[in-house]
Amino acid sequence: MGVAVVKLSDTTLGRVMRRPKGVIAGTWLILVVFVAVFAPYLTPYEYDIQDLPNAFRAPDAAHWLGTDEFGRDMLTRIMYGARTSLSVSTIAIGISVFCGMCLGAASGYFGGRFDRAVTAVIDLTWSFPEILVALILVAIIGPGVTGAMVAIGVAYLALFTRLTRSQIMAIKSETFVEASLSLGASHGHILMRHLLPNALAPVIVAAMLATGDAIILEATLGFFGLGAQPPTPSWGGLMSSGTAHMFKAPWIIIIPGVAVAVTVFAINLFGDALIHALDVRARVRES
Amino acid sequence: MLGYFIRRVLVLIPVFLAVSAVIFSIIHLIPGDPIDNLLKIGAGPEQREIMTARYGLDKPLVVQYWIWLSGVLQGDLGTAIVARRPVADLIAQALPHSLALGLCALAFSTFFGIVLGTIAALTRDRWPDQLIMTVVLLGSTVPGFWLGLLLILVFSVWLGMFPVSGARDWSAMVLPVLTVGLGGTALVARVTRVAMVEAGQRDFLMLLHAKGMRPARIQLRHVLRHALIPVVTILSLRIGWILGGAVTVEVVFARPGLGTLLIKSLNQHDYPVVQACLLILAMAVMLGTLAGDLIQAAMDPRVRAAL
Repeated sequence: MGVAVVKLSDTTLGRVMRRPKGVIAGTWLILVVFVAVFAPYLTPYEYDIQDLPNAFRAPDAAHWLGTDEFGRDMLTRIMYGARTSLSVSTIAIGISVFCGMCLGAASGYFGGRFDRAVTAVIDLTWSFPEILVALILVAIIGPGVTGAMVAIGVAYLALFTRLTRSQIMAIKSETFVEASLSLGASHGHILMRHLLPNALAPVIVAAMLATGDAIILEATLGFFGLGAQPPTPSWGGLMSSGTAHMFKAPWIIIIPGVAVAVTVFAINLFGDALIHALDVRARVRES
Repeated sequence: MLGYFIRRVLVLIPVFLAVSAVIFSIIHLIPGDPIDNLLKIGAGPEQREIMTARYGLDKPLVVQYWIWLSGVLQGDLGTAIVARRPVADLIAQALPHSLALGLCALAFSTFFGIVLGTIAALTRDRWPDQLIMTVVLLGSTVPGFWLGLLLILVFSVWLGMFPVSGARDWSAMVLPVLTVGLGGTALVARVTRVAMVEAGQRDFLMLLHAKGMRPARIQLRHVLRHALIPVVTILSLRIGWILGGAVTVEVVFARPGLGTLLIKSLNQHDYPVVQACLLILAMAVMLGTLAGDLIQAAMDPRVRAAL
């Protein structure tokens, strides 16, 4: 227990799956990913073909979740929307984790002026709400899938830089690092072989939880019309177009919101189970 | 304590300069020219030059920053390019609405968060705890703007209890406060629960038990007081987060606040207004952190002793 080195092996996943939380959440997430990947084979409808006679149909046997203002099947649009929302948020967090780990590791390990500069910038952005950072960045890059990805990625950069830095700082003066150095190991070797693997477990958990937040952030950007542009469906975009018809066809905004909420809820449950399985509660909360 | 206060305020000066420089330079990276919105169709390059010179956009960036900053320090936030009014006027109109929403939401989340977190900690791992923590988790996984829309649908459209939008009287405040506050409640409840559980394991509690103090009194007078320190820290660090939530929620409820102003001017490329909005939000974040630090020092004798 404690700060033992934890390998992300089958046993970790096994421990996650032994908890009912982990099983339920994991099943839902696998389902969502499956549906997103195989969307074209799972639905008889197209996401972008308009069918005006069937506009605003309430949920029924032909359209399980109803149709939107152009008569497009909502379930189909949710399925394709999952593609956009999931890929944007995971890629954004991927960018964030990679850059954050590099920055955090370098500043934590080498210290000095570079560390002070990084820490000052990170502390400055840390107290700023992610949504504001993302809004401004999207305004600079321009709306669309790429803009949203980069904006969300940068918005969460501070989190991963801080987390990695604190992990590296905690173990860089351990004797095994000193031993390794005196045996002639290079700084790169020590970082890659000894320090980063130790920092990995809390970063993975934080990345999992941040992906949930990123889905919400992506939906918010989409809601303001700054995410994926029509006709490409995204969960936020669906809700945005639904507001105009909120009174007439409330399912158009309700259903995508439920999709976001349930998916983010599942990610959080899975993250919780992961925290227990990896035994990193204290280390995740440190940041 | 006074020395600490002065030191903390002095530290804010370089931070303020850094933040203002960042805000100023970021805004000028945004593509699109506000002059485009002002020129009449068919206007020639001469007119563009005249307009650009009138708003000082032809000077070097550093000079523009200096003019802007010295104006800001004198309370002059410039003139809105699209709205053609002093930015200070626009801010003065919007700020009270945002402040009212933010403070009410903050009070709401602090109160209910601490109450729910305490109940959860006292019934740890039993059903009230599990129920509260599940609801709280659900509350933080719902996008704020969507929750707002849902509340409008249920309470304004179906039940007709509150107005759909606007900011005429107190009844228009209820749904926005609820929307912003629920997210904050989730955060505060989670931190309170963890802090209470941790504080409940301290050694000095055994002494209180041994002295025969009633358990309820121990929990409320001693454990809760210990637990409130991290709660105050998180609250002060996340004041910006609550304000950020307010930005999106204001747009949903069409409240004439800072968030609505920011989004509108962002779309119109109205630099001076965007800068002013961001600067005000950043200052709110800084002042929130400062207030949190001071409250912490006032609450915790150990922090005071370390000063």
